[in-house]
Amino acid sequence: MAKGGKKKNFVFNNRHKNMPKKYCRFKKSGIKYIDYKDADFLMKFINDQGKILPRRLSGNSLKYQRKVSISIKRARHMAILPFVADGLKD
Amino acid sequence: METNNYEAAVIFTPVLSETQLKEAVKTYRELITANKGTIVNEESWGLTKLAYNIQKKSSGFYHFFEFNVSPDFIKAFDIQLRRDERVLRFINLKLDKHALLYNERRKNGEFSKAKKAQKQTATT
Repeated sequence: MAKGGKKKNFVFNNRHKNMPKKYCRFKKSGIKYIDYKDADFLMKFINDQGKILPRRLSGNSLKYQRKVSISIKRARHMAILPFVADGLKD
Repeated sequence: METNNYEAAVIFTPVLSETQLKEAVKTYRELITANKGTIVNEESWGLTKLAYNIQKKSSGFYHFFEFNVSPDFIKAFDIQLRRDERVLRFINLKLDKHALLYNERRKNGEFSKAKKAQKQTATT
């Protein structure tokens, strides 16, 4: 009885099966250098507050996530991207 | 002597007139060439809006230098930019081989507005 009860309460999480698999776009398309001057491209890796998206959302490999974050920080320093924003993307 | 490739991005104040801006750019160009450097490429964005205010200015003149110079010069170049009141913000970067390749392609206009059209042709 105890065994059966346990099984009933267990919720299977099958959501991930329907989602397309995430991949690192830099590895896939062979981009080696991420330019800090290209604001439109870097916009893909920040949310509407201007925060850098985590790897679990962007799907980047660690190597390229590091490069992305460095490029974004350079862009912020040069006022190409904001440090703090509100409604950056609408 | 060993040389490296560098990229410098400078934001000049919007207060400068056109001739003053040209003069300011010229001083840095001459500073590089006077120290046995060679300028590979230059890019200017003109008066551009800043993402946030710097020294109470909301816009600035962006200018990019790409040059080849010995590493000893960079420190002096840095100090010169730091002292200059016409400069709001600057950054000095050493370029690796991937960055060089990228800049070469950028110079040829591969990443400009034709980028989207190129992407479409690449996928089809």
